Amino acid sequence: MSANTELKQLTQKRYEAGFYTDIEADTVPPGLSEDVIRLISAKKGEPEWLLDYRLQAYRAWLEMTEPTWAHVRYEPVDYQAISYYSAPKAKGDGPKSLDEVDPEILKAYEKLGIPIDEQKMLAGVVAVDAVFDSVSVVTTFRAKLAEAGVIFCSFSDAVKDHPELVKKWLGSVVPHTDNFFAALNAAVFTDGSFVYIPEGVRCPMELSTYFRINAMNTGQFERTLIVADKGSYVSYLEGCTAPQRDENQLHAAVVELVALEDAEIKYSTVQNWYPGDENGVGGVYNFVTKRGACRGDRSKISWTQVETGSAITWKYPSCILQGDDSVGEFYSVALTNNRQQADTGTKMVHIGKRTRSTIVSKGISAGRSQQTYRGGVKILASADGARNHTQCDSLLLGSRCTADTVPYVEVKNATAQLEHEATTSKISDDQLFYCLQRGLDAEDATNLIVNGFCKEVFRELPMEFAVEAQKLLELSLEGTVG
Amino acid sequence: MLSINDLHVSVAGKPILKGLTLEVVPGEVAAIMGPNGSGKSTLAHVLSGKAGYEVTSGSILFKGQDLLALEAHERAREGVFLAFQYPVEIPGVSNAYFLRAAVNAVRVHRGLEELDAVAFLKEMREQMKRVKMDPKLAKREVNAGFSGGEKKRNEILQMAMLDPSLAVLDETDSGLDIDALKAVSDGVNALRGPNRSMLVITHYQRLLSYIVPDKVHVLLDGRIVTSGGKELALELEERGYDWLRGDAAA
Ligand SMILES: Nc1ncnc2c1ncn2[C@@H]1O[C@H](COP(=O)(O)OP(=O)(O)OP(=O)(O)O)[C@@H](O)[C@H]1O
Ligand SMILES: [Mg+2]
Repeated sequence: MSANTELKQLTQKRYEAGFYTDIEADTVPPGLSEDVIRLISAKKGEPEWLLDYRLQAYRAWLEMTEPTWAHVRYEPVDYQAISYYSAPKAKGDGPKSLDEVDPEILKAYEKLGIPIDEQKMLAGVVAVDAVFDSVSVVTTFRAKLAEAGVIFCSFSDAVKDHPELVKKWLGSVVPHTDNFFAALNAAVFTDGSFVYIPEGVRCPMELSTYFRINAMNTGQFERTLIVADKGSYVSYLEGCTAPQRDENQLHAAVVELVALEDAEIKYSTVQNWYPGDENGVGGVYNFVTKRGACRGDRSKISWTQVETGSAITWKYPSCILQGDDSVGEFYSVALTNNRQQADTGTKMVHIGKRTRSTIVSKGISAGRSQQTYRGGVKILASADGARNHTQCDSLLLGSRCTADTVPYVEVKNATAQLEHEATTSKISDDQLFYCLQRGLDAEDATNLIVNGFCKEVFRELPMEFAVEAQKLLELSLEGTVG
Repeated sequence: MLSINDLHVSVAGKPILKGLTLEVVPGEVAAIMGPNGSGKSTLAHVLSGKAGYEVTSGSILFKGQDLLALEAHERAREGVFLAFQYPVEIPGVSNAYFLRAAVNAVRVHRGLEELDAVAFLKEMREQMKRVKMDPKLAKREVNAGFSGGEKKRNEILQMAMLDPSLAVLDETDSGLDIDALKAVSDGVNALRGPNRSMLVITHYQRLLSYIVPDKVHVLLDGRIVTSGGKELALELEERGYDWLRGDAAA
């Protein structure tokens, strides 16, 4: 079966399932109000409790103001100009042939080694790709996952098929009142992924979802909820891409992770949302709330992320270490180029006894970009013997970019042990010359040195992702030398 | 192989090489000796294309082509190799990975096929034995935490793998114990051949009793002031450089 027919079948299957019933009128007009939320909820056929949850969140959001403490600057977002619901459309909206697609995008795909099948490419641009990908994963492996008792489905399906689980855990880690963007997400989220790993189960494969921002003027508000029951394990991969557009697109996702006793969740992200062009036109505003709760004793959550995209990033994947002996990890590579701005980091909250956390952050700034690492470590009075190790390194390429480190440390228990190391460096002329003298050109030499700089994070990524991450860095660094 | 004619080079506006002329024929091993600060490393850097050196006049022909017209990485691919006086550390990059990237960049330029991982590792292990290098160093990060001797062996390993036609060894003997000096010299001697020339920069006659040069040149105050056979090194060992300074001034 060719990719085309497979795609068609899968997408049609989705429509057949009656999920998106009204394909023609699939985008609600821009604007946000209780009526719009009721409309979204109705379109999705949601139960009453979920509508109530949305409305509560919306009312809370109305009382909140957009945070300004992050070290990023952007034109105010007009929340009434955004359309809050857009289901996949039939083809005909996006480019009609490859000739109409921006050659830069094609080039990027080629370099990433992603085969450009015309239909698939076009499908991606008109909003089916993400659906296609996640559906295919679920379909192909559904049998195997079902055998293990693993639930992996879209958030909407989870609401329909496993309402008790969703009701129990939704908002339990990131409450709808948590922050401005999380409240907005809770009010208007359209879809996302749901994972439940039953007690004692080691998920037999890595679960992956590709997100795509597609239609114009639609914010992307997805919601991911992963629950790992006692003694279970799961590795989850999140990949993100977005087509190139001149307008800024808002993306405000919420990811909640729950690890019960002895459970482990490994959450890896490779994010390359469109960063805008070299003059800072366009690009994604990525205002994301990601948080994991180590609820059970000896549970573990680790975040690994490689971020090269988005015009503006506001993102702090965090761990609440409640269970005794629970472990939180954060491994991050963030690369900013041109006019990108990133304010990113993590927060580790130690509550349980002997809780441990590790933070390794590698920031690479190039062009005129601006990057801030904001990292918090909080040791509560109950956290006897808690330990944290933080290592925070910045690499500057060129002289017009900036990198700042803002650590917040709050210790309420005297038995805690904290270590913090921070470095800022440049690629030295000697290193560069050494590589050149061995026959590498300037671009390969830079890539090699930058990859070396990121090694501690890359080795935490699953194999296929590590390769993709390396290629992505190389792409993002293009034009920074010579 | 190499033909340097009346070369003048300034660093930060200060003249360092002042009319250096030197001829090296294919297969020749030439020693360059001279006091500290006379310009030996400067010559090595200019040959290999390091930034920051301004050639104010003169020319360098390498295998008949204008070497100064090539960029640093192009010179390396064409066969100019510099064994660094102070090898550079590259954190996070494995020694083997780095070397394979270099070998393949050079091979592609020379119209050869890239070496796959298996062929590369086989070749690398063989060459490592030659310089008596601990195989564990292949997996370590490039030069990071290497001892002085390990760094120098690593340079010779790279030289063997990159198969240059002109190798410039800048004080490869400094910091080596007697055994390491022998191992490194054996490695270098094994690479001698009719199509490869070497410039061996050193302060000590001792290295030259292992790597016996065809010629010895004395670099003083930015110029070659005298040249001779291997006996010249012995004479320098005994008499120092002062007796040559008059010539330089003349
Ligand atoms: N970047 C620089 N700025 C200013 N002067 C420099 C620079 N680099 C080299 N020099 C000067 O050039 C001269 C020659 O230096 P070079 O390193 O070539 O000497 P050398 O013969 O290799 O000495 P050694 O035997 O000590 O290694 C020295 O006086 C040195 O101070
Ligand atoms: Mg020197």
